Amino acid sequence: MGDYLVLFPLIVPLFFAILSLFAWRAITWQRVLAVAGTLILFSSGLALLDVVTREGIRTVQIGNWPPPYGISLVVDAFSALMVVIAGGLAVLIAIFSLGSMDEARLRYGFYPLFFVLLMGVCGAFITGDIFNLYVWFEVMLMASFVLIALGGERAQLEGALKYVILNLLSSALFLSATAVLYSLTGTLNMADLSIRLRTTIAPDLVTTVAVMYLIAFSIKAAVFPLFFWLPASYHTPPVTVTALFSGLLTKVGVYALIRVFTLLFLADVAFTHTLILVLGGFTMVTGVLGAAAQYDIRRLLSFHIISQIGYLLMGLGLFSQPALAATLYFMAHVIIAKAVLFLIAEVMYRMGGSFDLRHLGGFYQAYPWLALGFLLPALSLAGIPPLSGFFGKLALVQAGLAQGQFGIVSVSLAVSLLTLFSMTKIWNEGFWKPAPKELRPLSGSMGQRVALILPIALMGLITLGLGLGAEPVYAFAEQAAAQLLDPGAYVAAVIGGLP
Amino acid sequence: MTLALALLIGVLFTIALYLMMRRNLVKVLIGLIILSNAINLFIFTLGRLVRGRPPLIPAGETALQPPYADPLPQALILTAIVISFGVTAFAIALMRQAYQVLGTSDLNELRDTDIQPRYHPDYHHAESEEEGH
Amino acid sequence: MRGRSEILATAARYLMPLLIVFSIFLLLRGHNEIGGGFVGGLVASVAIVLYMLAEGVQAARDLLKIEPRLLIAIGLLVALSSAMLAWMVNQPFMTGLWWKHPLPVVGKVGTPLVFDLGVYLTVMGTTLMILFTLAED
Repeated sequence: MGDYLVLFPLIVPLFFAILSLFAWRAITWQRVLAVAGTLILFSSGLALLDVVTREGIRTVQIGNWPPPYGISLVVDAFSALMVVIAGGLAVLIAIFSLGSMDEARLRYGFYPLFFVLLMGVCGAFITGDIFNLYVWFEVMLMASFVLIALGGERAQLEGALKYVILNLLSSALFLSATAVLYSLTGTLNMADLSIRLRTTIAPDLVTTVAVMYLIAFSIKAAVFPLFFWLPASYHTPPVTVTALFSGLLTKVGVYALIRVFTLLFLADVAFTHTLILVLGGFTMVTGVLGAAAQYDIRRLLSFHIISQIGYLLMGLGLFSQPALAATLYFMAHVIIAKAVLFLIAEVMYRMGGSFDLRHLGGFYQAYPWLALGFLLPALSLAGIPPLSGFFGKLALVQAGLAQGQFGIVSVSLAVSLLTLFSMTKIWNEGFWKPAPKELRPLSGSMGQRVALILPIALMGLITLGLGLGAEPVYAFAEQAAAQLLDPGAYVAAVIGGLP
Repeated sequence: MTLALALLIGVLFTIALYLMMRRNLVKVLIGLIILSNAINLFIFTLGRLVRGRPPLIPAGETALQPPYADPLPQALILTAIVISFGVTAFAIALMRQAYQVLGTSDLNELRDTDIQPRYHPDYHHAESEEEGH
Repeated sequence: MRGRSEILATAARYLMPLLIVFSIFLLLRGHNEIGGGFVGGLVASVAIVLYMLAEGVQAARDLLKIEPRLLIAIGLLVALSSAMLAWMVNQPFMTGLWWKHPLPVVGKVGTPLVFDLGVYLTVMGTTLMILFTLAED
């Protein structure tokens, strides 16, 4: 059963993309398919997680070609965790889209693209081949290109241009780095690469390739100083799309960084991982400072995406088991918390008629439940106990202190304070101050309103649950981190796992 | 031969990156196309230029007989070509649409999503236009 | 659309069947020789595009009868099913299964050929969808 489950994260989205293509004009059917498909993806992800926890790393050789010649699909605890998070977020966004996406965009194929994007994301999580990773990145990018431009508003087209050009440049770098890697080692299978790079004859060239990958993935993950495309484009499409992108796309970049810098490029950890640590620090600071100047909620939150990426890099840069475990826990926390803030921005827009904080206000008085829905993820992002962000940051700081990295620890704490300041700004402007103009109640049918509110409520509960039930989640993250730090197990599962 | 190809790849990369830094959208597009071709040549050259047999083990033998040519770089290039075909088609359509809607192909004029947004419908309804915050 | 060219229209009428046959030839020989689903699909869409240039987009759409979008969906479905067939004989995903008896004209038949057929349809659908859209406005 395990072998079928490994492929489900690819087959389920592809199958539902095909079905939604057939149901092109039947928008209602597409909606049903979207919720059903994401639910199936999420549950197969959970089943996969269960199998991987019990039986260890699972691999499948596509087409029965033996490794390292064929393409391997490899699912370890980290991959399975990412598939589950992606599936869970997809379910919530699919529900939200029932109430938020306009008919015109649905007629131009929002749902087929949504599923193709999910297929690319899940493919990137489960592949064990570096070139195949490139292909999944491109699948994901093609879908995201169309999604960001879908609707064709002025701002969207302009944002899409920047997004497309910068991401194509990053793909070009990714492909070039892969070419050099292949000429160095003669293989593309990541397990095989892991062995060969340890006994390479040209360690300097390997470090060069490592930095090429670092730059390529950093553009995708919006790491300092390569993040400018993100705040210039992420706020332009409908918020549903932005929430999806914020939860998945940059995180795939981080996933790829964690994968290659725990499995492949371990020759010069003192250089590469310190570089990642420094970049992480700068990313945190620039992100949060950039957010301070913003009044458009979507742009403000876009800058926060960047800031949170810095924390994820901090764990990778520290490169110890507690630090990586903290990163994985933080990843689960930040994907949910960030997406829900975007969804709340959409609800505020529908009621207050603007994304600009200066034109908003009075939500606390009029809609206390929405204020609560905002407070949970916002305080969680700032790191207030007992919410999920607190434990993630606590674990990161403890790992930093244990390794004597006082610089990054103090930066991360300072950025935490600034994040709190930034969230207070949204609170003061959007919720606390009297409304500059009358707030409208949510329009639309009962079903549409439920579709808008339900995901926000669920994500709030998840944020709370991740904090209150931090123990089991963190235990799992520790197990996954231990697996990441033991490339031998990965290699054995792929290459040694021959029948 | 490798040297000649290396020089050619260098020239192509230079042209591509120069074009991509231009202000005109069309030049950026041509830059992207040249870049993808330069990378394809790069993969081809790095895969070792060998005049040899296909990598098939003859009947009765157990190992490959050198010299054999590595087919994998060509498979990679083929995949890369297919991907860049799709991406380029999309980029052309996007740029055409952007030119028609935005009325300019000068990247220096496309700054509205970098600074305070002006195009959003809510800004037309807002009572006070607070420009240049 | 500028004025209709009689020369192009006549040439297209004769070239189109030729191109379609050639594209199927490419598709069938693709497993071991030069060709395959991708290039076959491209040649097939070139045939339709030639007709589009000669007679206009609407005429080409009428000729195709099926929407390019459905071609993509059918192609993907065919490719996915051919890949999943391997599961029915307990082999890993996408394992090539060959029928023992080669058919006349077509040659060896197996799931890789079916997969290629899926690629053929998908490529044809994608190319035509892009070009129809570009030509229409």
